Amino acid sequence: MTATSPRLEKAQKTAKAPKPGRENGRSGIRESAASRTIAMAVMVVATLYFLTPIWWLLVASSKTRADFTTTAPLWFADFALFDNIAALFDYRNAVFLRWLGNSALYAGVGALLATIIAAMAGYAIAKYSFRGRELLFNIILGGVLVPATALALPLFLLFSQVGATNTIWAVFLPSLVSPFGVYLSRIYAAASVPDEIVEAARIDGAGELRTFFTVATRLMAPALVTIFLFQFVAIWNNFFLPLIMLRDESLFPVTLGLYVWNTQVSQIPDIRALVIVGSLLSIIPLILTFLGLQRFWQSGLASGGLK
Amino acid sequence: MTDTAVRRPRAVRHRGSIAIFLAPFGMLFALFYIVPIGYAVYQSLLVVERDGTFGPAVQVFGGLTQYIAVFENQAFWSSIGRVLLFGVVQVPIMLGIALVLALLLDSPLVRGSKFFRLAFFAPYAVPSVIAAIMWGFLYSPNLSPFTGVTQAVDFLSAGNVLWSIANVVTWVYVGYNMLIIYSALLAIPSEIYEAARLDGASQLRIAWSIKIPLVVPALVLTGIFSIIGTLQLLAEPQVFQSFTSAVTSTFTPNLTIYSTASVPNISLAAAMSVVLALATFVLSFTVLKLTQRRTAA
Repeated sequence: MTATSPRLEKAQKTAKAPKPGRENGRSGIRESAASRTIAMAVMVVATLYFLTPIWWLLVASSKTRADFTTTAPLWFADFALFDNIAALFDYRNAVFLRWLGNSALYAGVGALLATIIAAMAGYAIAKYSFRGRELLFNIILGGVLVPATALALPLFLLFSQVGATNTIWAVFLPSLVSPFGVYLSRIYAAASVPDEIVEAARIDGAGELRTFFTVATRLMAPALVTIFLFQFVAIWNNFFLPLIMLRDESLFPVTLGLYVWNTQVSQIPDIRALVIVGSLLSIIPLILTFLGLQRFWQSGLASGGLK
Repeated sequence: MTDTAVRRPRAVRHRGSIAIFLAPFGMLFALFYIVPIGYAVYQSLLVVERDGTFGPAVQVFGGLTQYIAVFENQAFWSSIGRVLLFGVVQVPIMLGIALVLALLLDSPLVRGSKFFRLAFFAPYAVPSVIAAIMWGFLYSPNLSPFTGVTQAVDFLSAGNVLWSIANVVTWVYVGYNMLIIYSALLAIPSEIYEAARLDGASQLRIAWSIKIPLVVPALVLTGIFSIIGTLQLLAEPQVFQSFTSAVTSTFTPNLTIYSTASVPNISLAAAMSVVLALATFVLSFTVLKLTQRRTAA
């Protein structure tokens, strides 16, 4: 259960130094031109498969309503992206901006708190020994296997019992729990926070909580970023919970809002253009976050995937 | 856990801190995982009774009545059958593609692997609802960029729509699974290949005989998560209801649960939830055990 494998670290430094273990392959004596060509062809076909839909969305978002049906779907016509965005933000008192804000609140604040809460629990399980530690960890691991959708209806029953459905809390509070985050924090803390450093902080007079927040979190940073990102995506993507909990449009996250608009396209054809440009705007923050933080989550993912 | 002797005294000293570290997660986990599951089980044991036709409805304990109703509910079982069929076809295809791409990225045959890695992973950042909306347009006979194909084949017909949804799920999750497998490949020490290279083994041979056996644990992990995801299918078929009437309100188990709960027949929906959760657990546990036995042998 090593946290970051030596080869992964090496791979991440490829830009600076060649990988010693791979020079045989890279020298190109052994690999035939045919196998290289086939491999690259597979890569190009796969790239087209994965990126064409996103490219289509970008192009479609930039078109006027007339051009959308009459010009080539995979290339730009008159560039009207900003007009479309303005129309989207104007529609029904900027309800779309409200949805984006709700999603940012549910996913951003939710994932941040979920990360801190999971990291504290994972760190405690890794660094202290107490009775029932393994049992607790196994129960939490069982929680990893319970998907969010399976909990939506039970949560709805519970929240309706206390009359709290159709509130922000009904979506926000359940997303603060990340069993996967506890699992990853435990593995990562065990491997990357040496007992000597914790001990040294104690000798310097730091309390346990202070040691965690000032020393341990820094050493656990790649795992914490990974937990944050995957929890962020999980909340941003969670559809069943808001669908079943929320009636009031002003509380919707952006995915639920776009879903509702999409069901109305046949009655209000004009709304189709808004669905398309809204879809584009709702994925850009996620793609940029992943690109910006890739250095962290790729090594964090490596430690979680290897058991 | 070898140094328990060293840790034990610390535990005694820091009991208060341990409680502070564990309390927030423990409380939330109990409130939003354990209590709801327990409450759903309780709710599933209730039945609604009325005094006469117009009397007030009262919930009374009904034992396993709702579970008998679930087992007699044909729509529910055909929705389970549908997602199982979906899983048997889609999960191996998706993991196969993910494995091939991960092996290629890890081989010396491919240049620019950093770019490809990100390009393949990008769809994971697209929420299922948005992915389904996008593909709904791409499948459309009139609006698709590939009208040549979509006018010849009706991707949204009753016979095809399940596989059109399978493609959406594959598109979103291949990159994610590929990254997990790729991380496992990177963790293999390269010395292991050296001998095989010196003996003149081809990349294909190295992949088949050395790399794939070593990433089986990663494949099991991704396989289990994929099975869970398949049984829980909801967002994609729900969105596709706007594009085609072929997706019924009982298309997948979760859609069945949702439409049953909206009737509202809460107790029956709760019983279905419990059955679905158990089915998910049994299935992923079985896969885990089967693959463990095979790798041990």
